[in-house]
Amino acid sequence: MNPLERILMGNEAIGRGLVENGCAVAASYPGTPASEILASVVDFAGETGAAIHTEWSVNEKVAYEVALAASYTGKRSAVAMKQVGLNVAADPVTRSAYLGTIGGLVLIVADDPGPHSSQTEQDSRLFALFAKVPVFDPSSPREAKDMVGEAFALSEKYELPVMLRPTTRVCHARQNIALGEPARLDRKSRFERNVPRWVATPAFLTEHHRRLNEKLDRIAEEEDFHPRPVSGKSASGGRAVVASGVVFAHAREILEDLGLLEKADLYQVRLPYPLNRKFVAGLRARYREVLVLEETDRVIEMQIGSDIVRGRGTGHVPRQGELTPEIIERTLREYLDLPGEAPSPGKGKGRRPSLCPGCGHRAAFFAIRDTFPGGIFPSDIGCYTLGMNLGAVDTCHCMGACISQGAGFYHAFAQDGPGFPTIVVTIGDSTFFHAGLPALINAVTQGARFIVVILDNGTTAMTGHQPTPALGLRADGSKGPAVDIAGLVRAAGVRSIGECDPYDVEKMTACLKEADRHMRAADGGVAVLIARHPCIVGREARRAQRVFKMTVTEDCIGCRSCIEDFECGALVHESETDRVRIDENLCIGCGVCVHACPVGAIEAEGEKA
Amino acid sequence: MKQQIVISGMGGQGVLFATRVIAEAAVEMGLPVLTSETHGMAMRGGTVISHVKVGPFRSPLIRPGQADAGLFLHEENLDIHQPFMKPGGLSFINTAGREGNSSLDATGLAAESGHPVIANLILIGFAVRQEALFCDGDTVRAVLDRISPAKQLDVNRKGFETGFGFSR
Repeated sequence: MNPLERILMGNEAIGRGLVENGCAVAASYPGTPASEILASVVDFAGETGAAIHTEWSVNEKVAYEVALAASYTGKRSAVAMKQVGLNVAADPVTRSAYLGTIGGLVLIVADDPGPHSSQTEQDSRLFALFAKVPVFDPSSPREAKDMVGEAFALSEKYELPVMLRPTTRVCHARQNIALGEPARLDRKSRFERNVPRWVATPAFLTEHHRRLNEKLDRIAEEEDFHPRPVSGKSASGGRAVVASGVVFAHAREILEDLGLLEKADLYQVRLPYPLNRKFVAGLRARYREVLVLEETDRVIEMQIGSDIVRGRGTGHVPRQGELTPEIIERTLREYLDLPGEAPSPGKGKGRRPSLCPGCGHRAAFFAIRDTFPGGIFPSDIGCYTLGMNLGAVDTCHCMGACISQGAGFYHAFAQDGPGFPTIVVTIGDSTFFHAGLPALINAVTQGARFIVVILDNGTTAMTGHQPTPALGLRADGSKGPAVDIAGLVRAAGVRSIGECDPYDVEKMTACLKEADRHMRAADGGVAVLIARHPCIVGREARRAQRVFKMTVTEDCIGCRSCIEDFECGALVHESETDRVRIDENLCIGCGVCVHACPVGAIEAEGEKA
Repeated sequence: MKQQIVISGMGGQGVLFATRVIAEAAVEMGLPVLTSETHGMAMRGGTVISHVKVGPFRSPLIRPGQADAGLFLHEENLDIHQPFMKPGGLSFINTAGREGNSSLDATGLAAESGHPVIANLILIGFAVRQEALFCDGDTVRAVLDRISPAKQLDVNRKGFETGFGFSR
C-alpha cells in the first residue's frame, strides 16, 4: 500500500485540495451532498498543522461573505454549500463577480441530480452563467481535488470568484488518491481602501460589468480549457460526444465496454462556463452532429448554440432526473445506431426513511397531531421533515419557510372570520438560526397568530451532527460563546414561550394547549414552544437518558394504530400472532410508545438491564 | 483484476462500513478502487446501496446487469437491487428464512454473539470464504486491524471470523 495514497470521498478530496492549496479561511453551512467538505478541511488542517480558520456559518450567505472579505485581504478562501444554499447566497455571489476578488476564492456548490436529498434539481453551472462566474465540473474525486488548485489559480489570475460544481456522484464517491504537501503561502493580510471598487455605487457598476465581460472573454480563449478529444479518430460519421462531470465518466466507461472508444470522438469539458470559443468553432466546422451529455441543464448545449447539437433541447437526453449510467448507455446506443438494449434497473424505491427509534421529534409530532386534530402543520428542512410519516407535516418548502408560511396561512384564514384553524409549525434548531429568525420577527410584528414549535435536538442531525450556535462549539471543536434560543425568541417580541421535553407527552400537550390559549386570546400573538430533547444518535445523549424495558402484553388487539400513528421502526406487526412486538435490536427504551396504544397494551418497566 | 460489487441494505445496517472495508482491501492489494455511497435522509432506516468497483474503472456507478458479486444485508431489497447482478454473478443474502450456499442468518448470528451491529462483517466473511470477492481472508484481516477503532477491533474481527468460519 502506498502510504501517500488514501481512499478519499469526493468531499474529502475537495477538503484536502483546499488544505494543499493554501486556503486560509473556509466557511460552510451543512447540506447533503456538500456536508463533508468543511469537516475534512478541519481534519486535514489538524493532521498537517495548516493554520486555517474553519467555520460552520449560520447560513450560506453569511459563509460566502466571510470568505469573500478574507479574499479581499489577499488570502485564499473557500466556501462550500449545497445547490439550494447557493440560492440563499445568491445576493453576495452575483455582486462579487462584478467587484472581483484578490486572494483566490473558490465557491464549491454541490448539485444533486436525482434529486437524492434536495428540494430541486437546479444546475449551479447555469447559476454560474447567470452570475458570470467561471465554473469547473469534475468527473471524479481525484479530478475534484485537482480542480481546487486550478480554480484558485484561475481566480487569482483574473481576480474573480470561481465555482467548483461537483454532483452527488462525485461528492459521495470514494477513490484512491495521492496526497500532496500543503502549500505554505505565508501571505500577510492587507486591505487597501478602494471605494470605487469595494463600495461600488451604481455609478461605477457599468465599468465593473465591462471589465467582468472582458475577463470572461479572455477566459473563453484560455488554451488550458480547450477540450481535446479523449478518444476517437473522427470515424463516427461526423458525430461527436461532448460530456462534462460524472456523466463524462459514465460515457467513457460505457464506450470502452462497448468497444467504441476508437470509433466515437469523445470530448470532456472541464470548464463548462465560459465555454472555450475555439472549441465551439471547431465543433461546428468538424461535425454533423454533437451529442451533449451534462447534468442537469443545458449549459454546454446553449453555448454551442447551433443546430448540430443533440441533447435536452432535441429530446435526445431526458430533461429531468439523474443521468444514470443506464440512461447514458441507452442514449449512446440510440445516437450511435447500435443494436441491443441497456439492461433496466430494478423497480421501486425500497423502504422509505423514518425517524430513528427513540427520536424526540416523533414524540413531539405525536403530541402536536393528537392535540390539534384539525390543525395545519407547516414544517421545514431536516430529519423532522419525516414527521410527514406521522401525518404531522403538511408543507416543507425551503430553509426557514415554515414560520413565514404559518404567518401566510394565518392572514389568509383570519380574513374569513374568527374561527381560524390552529397552525403549528415545526422547525429544527439549526434551521431556526439559518433563516427562521427573520421570519419570526416578521410574524410577530405583522400580528400573526400561530404556534412555533422549535424542535431543539442540540445539533444539525440530518447532515452529520454539525454544531449549532446554541451549542457554543466551533467547527474545530473549540469552545465559543453560546446563543440562547429562548432569549432570541423573547427579543423577537414573542410573549408566550414554553419549554418542555417532548418525551414527557403530558407536559408537551399541556404546553401546546397553553400556547393555543395565548394565540387565541384578545391580546395574543405568536406562541413559541421549545421542545428540547438531544438527538439520540449521539452516544452521550443515549447514555444520559433512562432506558425502559418495553413489552407488548396479550391485550394487543393487532389494530396497528401504534404502527400507523407512531411509526417507530421498533414496533413490528407479526402476522402469525396478529400482534405487535418490540424489535429489541432497534428499541432504545425511550418509553414514549406507551401513549400510542389505544388499549394500553404497551408497557414500560423500570430500567432495562 | 476487475470486479464490481454491490452492497445493499437499510440505513443503520453498516453498509457504509462494509463498503469501506472492501475498498480498503483493494488499496491493501495496490488496486485502484472507486465506490459510490448513499448519504442523507435515506440513511435514517431507508433503503441504501453502495457500489464498489475494483480495477481501472471511470464511473463510480455499476450499471444494471454488471455486478460480479452482491452482498444483500436486507432481503427486502432483492427486488430493487438484484437487477444490478450480471448473469452468473454471486449474491450473498442475509436471511433468517431460506438458507443455502449463498445465504445465512447474519442478523441472527450477530445477535447471538451479543453484537447486533456486525451482521455486515459476517456477510463479508461468508463471501470471502467462498472466494467470491477479489480479496482473501488475510487481506480483510489486515484492513480490519488497520481501520478499526481500538475499542471495536475485537468485535469486528469476531464478526468477520464468524462469517468466514460459518458452516452448517
